[in-house]
Amino acid sequence: MSTATVAQGPASFSGDAKKGGLSQWQIWGIILVVPYLAVFALFVIYPVFYAFWLAHSPESYVKLYDDPIFARAVVNTLVFIFVAINVKMVIALGLSGFFLNDRKWIRWLSVLFILPWAVPSIPTILSVRFMLNPEWGIINQTWFKLTFEDGPNWLNEPWLALTFAMLVHIWKSLPFWTLILLSGRMAISNDMYEAASVDGASTVQKFRFITWPSISQLYLTCALLSTIWTLGDFNSVYLLTGGGPADLTHVLATLGIRYLRLAEVDMSMATIVCALPIILPLVYFMMKRLSK
Amino acid sequence: MNRPILRSITTEAKLLLIGIPVFIWTILPIYHLALFAFSSKDSAFSGNLWPTHPTLDNFIIVFGQKHYYLNNFWRQLWNSCFIAAMTGILTLIVATFAAFAISRLKVKGGRIVLNMALFTYFIPAAFLAVPMYRVMGLYGLLNSQWALIIAMMTIAAPYAIWVLKQASDKLPVELDEAAVIDGASPMQLFWLVYIPLMVPSLVAIGAYAILLAWNEYLYAFLLLSRDTSIPLPVALGNFLAADDSPWPLLMTTGLIYAVPPAAIYYVFRKYMVSGLTAGATKG
Repeated sequence: MSTATVAQGPASFSGDAKKGGLSQWQIWGIILVVPYLAVFALFVIYPVFYAFWLAHSPESYVKLYDDPIFARAVVNTLVFIFVAINVKMVIALGLSGFFLNDRKWIRWLSVLFILPWAVPSIPTILSVRFMLNPEWGIINQTWFKLTFEDGPNWLNEPWLALTFAMLVHIWKSLPFWTLILLSGRMAISNDMYEAASVDGASTVQKFRFITWPSISQLYLTCALLSTIWTLGDFNSVYLLTGGGPADLTHVLATLGIRYLRLAEVDMSMATIVCALPIILPLVYFMMKRLSK
Repeated sequence: MNRPILRSITTEAKLLLIGIPVFIWTILPIYHLALFAFSSKDSAFSGNLWPTHPTLDNFIIVFGQKHYYLNNFWRQLWNSCFIAAMTGILTLIVATFAAFAISRLKVKGGRIVLNMALFTYFIPAAFLAVPMYRVMGLYGLLNSQWALIIAMMTIAAPYAIWVLKQASDKLPVELDEAAVIDGASPMQLFWLVYIPLMVPSLVAIGAYAILLAWNEYLYAFLLLSRDTSIPLPVALGNFLAADDSPWPLLMTTGLIYAVPPAAIYYVFRKYMVSGLTAGATKG
């Protein structure tokens, strides 16, 4: 951005100020920034430091390490972020190409497609949860009608339950990333594709040599940001499985809240601190990328 | 003559091959929700794929609060409205002030403020919830709806500042210069020049903050617990644990709860899509 040329800003026009102090522009600037700074200090900085202080005792980590649920939650978290993010981002990339096609019905579909993102989690997860009900759910009822046999108890099998939690997560977040990648693709000049068509390039070649180089940076940024948000996704797991069966589908986000509900605040804080090795590098990269 | 027609048919078929699964995938949980809402109690559990005898009974029970699960339905719906509206207003005020100060007044240290905002944006929500819950307790705000409103504003404001700053930077600096030459003070510049030009972005951000607060579950569930102060999603979540949950009623309530955000999105989608993607794709 060429903000350097306007770096003076309006301050340079206020001839009356600048007498050894702040101009009225700077004073107003400070006044207007203070509300946000106050919110940030009281509700982000202080809580974060307070959390670290609560999580300082080594005993919490020993206790956490001894809790088999914790080990399982770490594995689940790693599986969840690795699978969910890659599946979601690759599908989003593909669908962004699909939505580039200009058809009336595709425009209508794109309007509908955003619904999962706009609609709250709880009603839709409630709905999915009931679909998976072994007795009354629509899936097993259909299963029974077709095979005359009872279907599986979907949410009673830990890995299957976690898979459905991932599917719910993907259902919810896919529209947002598709939209972002779509706007990235729309920014690519059409001339390049036309020139490539004249040269007889195939669809795959066009993607490989024009689309991908143009949006790979955006794709990476989205994947990183998506990782952070996926780590913080409490709803998909909690509302679908409640961490069960037998606490085998917890991820770090739900485990931290579980300890909090059990009034084990130190364990809760320690769980968050254990997520830092994943979060901090991501935050560092994102800050570097976006604050350029 | 035949070849191009044939080719356009194949292209269309290929697109449909993607479009139909996308349609089903998108709509399925929502359709299932509506199916339950419009089915009578008996037919809801029969496994039919469409309501055989569509009925509004469930809506009558929910709106009439005629089930002990739903004793506070209207109260909780109002709570959701109040919390979302307040979050929207407060986020707009705080974020617009900050973006104006950073982008137009070039306040010293503005860059640092922006980076701090980004930092909040990058803390996963569920992880910030735990310390925030503790601190709300220390501040004596637990069980107050203001705790949830402030928490939601804390989460919405960083993105709001980020998006508004991007939009502010695009306004021509000549406008500021002209206003200053005419003798405008910073606050006149803010109200008379800046705000009118920023309306599309402000609409996008306001709608975004409202949706965020309306759709929130975790913070509401942690920070509020009284039946009369919780918003609707927490009430719905609480029934999930019961063995004899009145599923058709829960689904009906869920459908009612899901309509306002969808409506807000569709009314403001032109603003939201351009406003939000412009902010996000910059990186």
